[in-house]
Amino acid sequence: MNSPNPPTIGRRGFLGLAAGATALAATSSAVQAAGLKTNAKIVIIGAGAGGTALANRLMDRLEGAQITLIDPRKEHLYQPGLTLVAAGLKPADYVLSATTDWLPKGVALIQEKAAAIDPVAKTVATESGQTLSYDFLVVAPGLVLDHDAIDGFSLDMVGNNGIGALYAGPQYAAATWKAASKFIEEGGHGVFTRPATEMKCAGAPLKHTFLIDDRLRRAGTRGKAEISYVAPQTSLFGVPIVSEKVRMLFGDRGIDPIYCQTVKSIDAGAKRVTFASPDGDQEMDYDYIHLIPPQRAPEVIRQSGLSWADKWTDQGWVECDMSTLQHLRYPEVWALGDVAGVPKGKTAASVKWQVPVVEDQIVSAIAGKSPSETYNGYTSCPMITKIGRAMLVEFDYQNNLTPSFPGIIPPLEELWISWLMKEVALKATYNAMLRGKA
Amino acid sequence: MKDMTFETLIAVFEEIFGRGLFWAMVVVAALVTLAYAFVLIRDRSVSWRKFLWAQVSMPVGAVLAVWFVMTMTHSGISDIGGAVDLIVFLGVATMGAIGMAILVYTLESLVKPPREDTHS
Repeated sequence: MNSPNPPTIGRRGFLGLAAGATALAATSSAVQAAGLKTNAKIVIIGAGAGGTALANRLMDRLEGAQITLIDPRKEHLYQPGLTLVAAGLKPADYVLSATTDWLPKGVALIQEKAAAIDPVAKTVATESGQTLSYDFLVVAPGLVLDHDAIDGFSLDMVGNNGIGALYAGPQYAAATWKAASKFIEEGGHGVFTRPATEMKCAGAPLKHTFLIDDRLRRAGTRGKAEISYVAPQTSLFGVPIVSEKVRMLFGDRGIDPIYCQTVKSIDAGAKRVTFASPDGDQEMDYDYIHLIPPQRAPEVIRQSGLSWADKWTDQGWVECDMSTLQHLRYPEVWALGDVAGVPKGKTAASVKWQVPVVEDQIVSAIAGKSPSETYNGYTSCPMITKIGRAMLVEFDYQNNLTPSFPGIIPPLEELWISWLMKEVALKATYNAMLRGKA
Repeated sequence: MKDMTFETLIAVFEEIFGRGLFWAMVVVAALVTLAYAFVLIRDRSVSWRKFLWAQVSMPVGAVLAVWFVMTMTHSGISDIGGAVDLIVFLGVATMGAIGMAILVYTLESLVKPPREDTHS
């Protein structure tokens, strides 16, 4: 079998060969394209998922641009993790990092609130009175949770008397788990709600319901509990085919869906919630309630005349083109993330799809070329249906399912692989996105 | 996934494990693979005795890999819900088995190189 006199190879020679091959592979990786030279002034309001990712990508593409981020928040929140915190699967600090951890060198961060935007004079004023002029403005401040809209409710109630509100932040998500834990131990009536307004991640209220149902089953107390999911809408999810699937799963899990009822007020002492409905106010007793307040654009957006005048008038989302996110009246302004007045897209996955579009728009405007990227409404929701399983639901403006792995990962099946993605890969992908790498 | 390039994948893995740990694991995996290639080339034949031990260790590697993934992700065997899940499950087990076999074979070969007069 062996040749009579095979060439010999020593350990040293072999390692040398291997090292050479590795070095060759490393140097042949793509050469970074040189940045486009410009002295454009770009202001980004908001250093959340959208603002941060965009700043990183623009820094890579442009050379000499003055990029300024305006955001008072010292903490960056990985919001997709809040549902996991509120189900006792992750600690509160799982979602926390510092805003400055993700920002590239060379961008200026003003840690203040934007107080006024003048889209005609092209200036932004901060709370301390500083005024910045811009050539391009991106509004990505996120949205505001209007807790005051629920009578009788305030955030200090979360965690006590069976009240949960996971959207409000990591400490409230952890407090939500505290309140939910008591319900899981003792049983009773669990009421899970959602607001009538547009909201970020419309899957989260469903996920929380599924997770608490699973927790009850694991604790052996599901028999002592009754679960109602109460929505102001006439369906459980904005995409009809997904809504139907969720309705079937609710049937399977014994979760009672109630439609056309909007939370109006709560009486925390009596553990009673009042819903507004077409048939007048309805009262319901609860042992655990999950509240999600109405959601609106921040005041500065609504005051600056950037909002739609004839749509979502109580919510104030930015008037922009559905595919380019460019403002319809002020072409040097773009909306990004939750604040954008488009029918879908208030998730981190949507931001991941939106950022390259706004980046392309700005870079093309500077280069004097016409942009080519468009946003089709892509939104993704790893819909957790129990601990260990999820459905990887992805869709666009037209309510079409847009699976990333057609034929491999069916979007409407409860799968372990979809859960693995949520558990392992999602935060990593999110972080890579923040750095402009995904 | 948008722009699912090799670079994106690397960035995602760096985030999953942390940059230091990820590249340390890559280096360890590369070193073991190199060492495996080295002993194969050096010995010019497979030692079936060592290979037997490597094979015996495979189920251990498979179980360890599955246990690691399930523990890290709060999930269990009962969460397997479809064909792709079964493929992932078997894939994890297979990778654990092969990884373990390579590791055991390489360690054996490095610790006990074949003598000139032994038959392969």
